[in-house]
Amino acid sequence: MNKYKIEELFFEWLMLLSTVIVLGSLILILGTVLWRGLPALDLAMLTQIPKGGYYLGEEGGILNAIVGSLCLAGGATLLALIISLPIALYLQVYATRSRLIELIRLSLDVLWGVPSIIYGAFGFTLMILLGMRASLLGGIIALALLELPIMTRGMDEAIAMVPADLKESSYALGATRFEMAIGVMIRQALPGLLTATLLAFGRGIGDAASVLFTAGYTDRLPDSLFGPAASLPLAVFFQLGTPFPAVQQRAYASALVLTLIILAISLLSRRLAGGLTKHIIR
Amino acid sequence: MEPKILIRDLNVWYGDEHALENINVEIPPGGITAIIGPSGCGKTTLLRSINRLLEETDGIKITGQIILDGIDVYARGVDVTDVRTRVGLLAPKPFPLPMSIYDNVAYGRRIHGLQQVLDKGNGRNLDKIVERYLRAAGLWEEVQGRLEAPASRLSTGQQQRLCLARALAVEPEVLLCDEPTSALDPISAQRIEEQLRSLKEETTIVVVTHMLRQAHRLADYVIFLWMGTLVEAGPAEQVFDHPKDERTRAYLSGMIG
Repeated sequence: MNKYKIEELFFEWLMLLSTVIVLGSLILILGTVLWRGLPALDLAMLTQIPKGGYYLGEEGGILNAIVGSLCLAGGATLLALIISLPIALYLQVYATRSRLIELIRLSLDVLWGVPSIIYGAFGFTLMILLGMRASLLGGIIALALLELPIMTRGMDEAIAMVPADLKESSYALGATRFEMAIGVMIRQALPGLLTATLLAFGRGIGDAASVLFTAGYTDRLPDSLFGPAASLPLAVFFQLGTPFPAVQQRAYASALVLTLIILAISLLSRRLAGGLTKHIIR
Repeated sequence: MEPKILIRDLNVWYGDEHALENINVEIPPGGITAIIGPSGCGKTTLLRSINRLLEETDGIKITGQIILDGIDVYARGVDVTDVRTRVGLLAPKPFPLPMSIYDNVAYGRRIHGLQQVLDKGNGRNLDKIVERYLRAAGLWEEVQGRLEAPASRLSTGQQQRLCLARALAVEPEVLLCDEPTSALDPISAQRIEEQLRSLKEETTIVVVTHMLRQAHRLADYVIFLWMGTLVEAGPAEQVFDHPKDERTRAYLSGMIG
């Protein structure tokens, strides 16, 4: 066997090994959550709020955290979307001074790297200044701040992939920048925009630290933007922190629910977007 | 005869590179004007300066005048979208918009609100317009049953004719064609040439081509560029049969370029 064949074989195995490590981790995580969470998961857990003595391992469920997390992450993703898309379009269509563009991208990349507890602390400080209590709204704002850089940079990259010739086709017909951005760019970049949104949603619904101080926690369902809201990551955190095995097992069930929600939303939106992507120019 | 387009002292720089130097030339109304010359001589730059698409390029500097029907398109107060509505473009590689065949042809009219003005919001009339220009581009027979299909499903040759229909639907006075057949097979290329010939009565067509035989087949009027400068311009028979400049003669005979 010659040198090149050995080299080729070495790298082939290296790549296979990397793939196995990644897939293996995923399977191990899903397996652990399923194995430890599934026995504790029942209908009551999904359809009821905690009852008295729930934290000692008795009846009731985590509906408060399920609904709370959906409201928090849903609201935050919507808020982040309203801000992110215009920023991404500005960077790709309108901004002409390259120093400014670089500065915006650098800021977003730095924000991306900021630990989520900092967003929580920042949100908390802001709320104290405004005289707000821990509330659904506070949590939504903190999560939106956390999601913003992820979503914006994702959209920025997605829009950057739109071929220059396609933009020109639109400009050559007399389209304004806005008409080109809305009618052509967004259509063409739709799958990427959706991926960026989902990525941000996934990060938001799974984050515990930024909602700890801002949204608080409650056993009730969220009924107002100004009242506290429970969330699944914090449910996992609190349940795992108890000394009771039965409650710790519920933590795995909560984690399973969280994973399933992310999976379901990811699959559903891909399905919905399938019909919208048939026009994309490759 | 008044020229349709009058180019005066046009200079273009890409950064430090002086791409076009002091271009002065007239393009007569109607007919097909071919811009010929070797690769990198500035043919496409000259073409794209006419509809101001050139200014979308980073680091570009343009000076001089391009006078379309008596008005400088670079003058202050001229709306760039208005210029591009009056001057259509057919690009070298077809790029349909990410929408259906029908919507591609209707796109230009929709964004300009021509639909409302001319058709009083009646969808039927937009249908007729889409049909008319798909016929004008020679594509109607092939797509009439599937107007709602994605434009991306068409073959490259069909896509280029769709791009032609899309450009024509805005009813431009001038149609710029940048190597319009370079990405096409010979049969599709021939169809595009036929469509251009049939359009030249009512539209002023400017074609950039590096294929001399194509220029021979199409051109009524010829502009020859050499390394960013204008060497010779005039009626096709004159430039092809009795070139005045030594470089034109050398290029036409295949000795240079």
